[in-house]
Amino acid sequence: MLQVLLLAVQIKRDSQGRLIRVWTVGAVSPFERAGSSGFGWVRETWRHYFALQNTTRDNEQLRRENDALKMQITQLQGKAAESDRLAALLSFRRSNADVPMIAARVIGASAGAASLTIQLDRGERDGIRKNMGVITPDGVVGKVVESYPNASQVLLLTDKDSGVGAMLADSRIQSPVGGQGEPLLVMKYVPNDDDVKLGEKVITSGMDRIFPRDLPVGIVAEIKSGNPFKQIRIKPAANLERLEEVLILLSLRPLEMKNEENTGDPQPPATGAANPPPAVKPR
Amino acid sequence: MNDAFDIRGESHIEVHKFRTGAIVIATLLALVIQTSSPVHFSKLAILDLPLLVTIYFGLSRRNPSTGLLLGMAIGLLQDSLSGPTVPLGLYGIAKTIIGYLASSIGARLDTEHPAARFALTAGFFVAQQGLLTLTRRILLAQPESWLNMHLVVAALVNAFVGVFLFLLLDRLRRN
Repeated sequence: MLQVLLLAVQIKRDSQGRLIRVWTVGAVSPFERAGSSGFGWVRETWRHYFALQNTTRDNEQLRRENDALKMQITQLQGKAAESDRLAALLSFRRSNADVPMIAARVIGASAGAASLTIQLDRGERDGIRKNMGVITPDGVVGKVVESYPNASQVLLLTDKDSGVGAMLADSRIQSPVGGQGEPLLVMKYVPNDDDVKLGEKVITSGMDRIFPRDLPVGIVAEIKSGNPFKQIRIKPAANLERLEEVLILLSLRPLEMKNEENTGDPQPPATGAANPPPAVKPR
Repeated sequence: MNDAFDIRGESHIEVHKFRTGAIVIATLLALVIQTSSPVHFSKLAILDLPLLVTIYFGLSRRNPSTGLLLGMAIGLLQDSLSGPTVPLGLYGIAKTIIGYLASSIGARLDTEHPAARFALTAGFFVAQQGLLTLTRRILLAQPESWLNMHLVVAALVNAFVGVFLFLLLDRLRRN
């Protein structure tokens, strides 16, 4: 009856009973607040304690998944890098399609510091013979010093017993370049009077009858006066400390490769129909 | 059995025996790692794992004949894997002598302490380089420097790695 009366009053006076609401809200809200806090506490306790029973297990699982994903990323990065290297090899191979060469994977290094050699997964059965030149698209690597049925050993350019017929790209001064058992090579017989610039490119001269002309050997890294010859140290063009795939020149005859415009540029130009590979010219 | 003892005066020095095939497997593994790891990690070329294995088994077996023969076998294998510019016998001679020296010293001193192992490995590394240089200069008439900074660093690195490798190899002992 009281509520009907209250409704009638509200309709008649267009009132919403604000006072009652204020009292009610004022009276209840502290309890609401307390209740809310209590429920919040219960919820948080639940979430951070009871519901965390499996968190350690989940955490371990996530960590394992994370580790697996990291490993997968590393593997994919390795495969991407390998793919880039193989693409560069293929591109170089195509740009010199008439030059017989075969790609090989590096499977080992020298067993001691007394020599700087690498071992390849190709041997006599693949046509590899002693004294064949070994290169990468970046430059000269070395030459085959021993060939076995399924493997071969390559003497790196940096070995003390190694050498290549070379010349300075700008001045065309010819001189053999050899190794010293160190990362840098030496250019041996350049007279003091000749002008050599730091950073000048050094390319193969073809005079050793192993490597074709104009392959990058390295760049001049250090020049000192000597008597009677300059002491010139060369930084190899090919990264001889990180070789994974190489190309073996499958011919013991002197070959002539396509003369790249940029002899020191490690990136060979891609070939296409408009850019046919040159013919091999035995000298 | 590892209960065999050599009595030198009043000191008792234990002669360690190893599980069947342990020496052969450890040697082959050392050679494989030595040749394959620098392809991917060029800095690892500073290690001479075959030398470390020679030293370890020499020091542990304490039998000069065994040390000498093991050193010779490891050295010749290393020669044959180093390419034709390294004549067969270069590492062979050096490691034969190192194997003999290691077993002779092992028979007289307690070489189980890491500090002793560190010092001996560094010493044997330098000795091997000396033998290699001597062989190259006298028998092969090849110019070769006696001592350089790289050799000192390599000796210390090998000695450091040797301490941990020897601990690992200790697990191959027959108890």
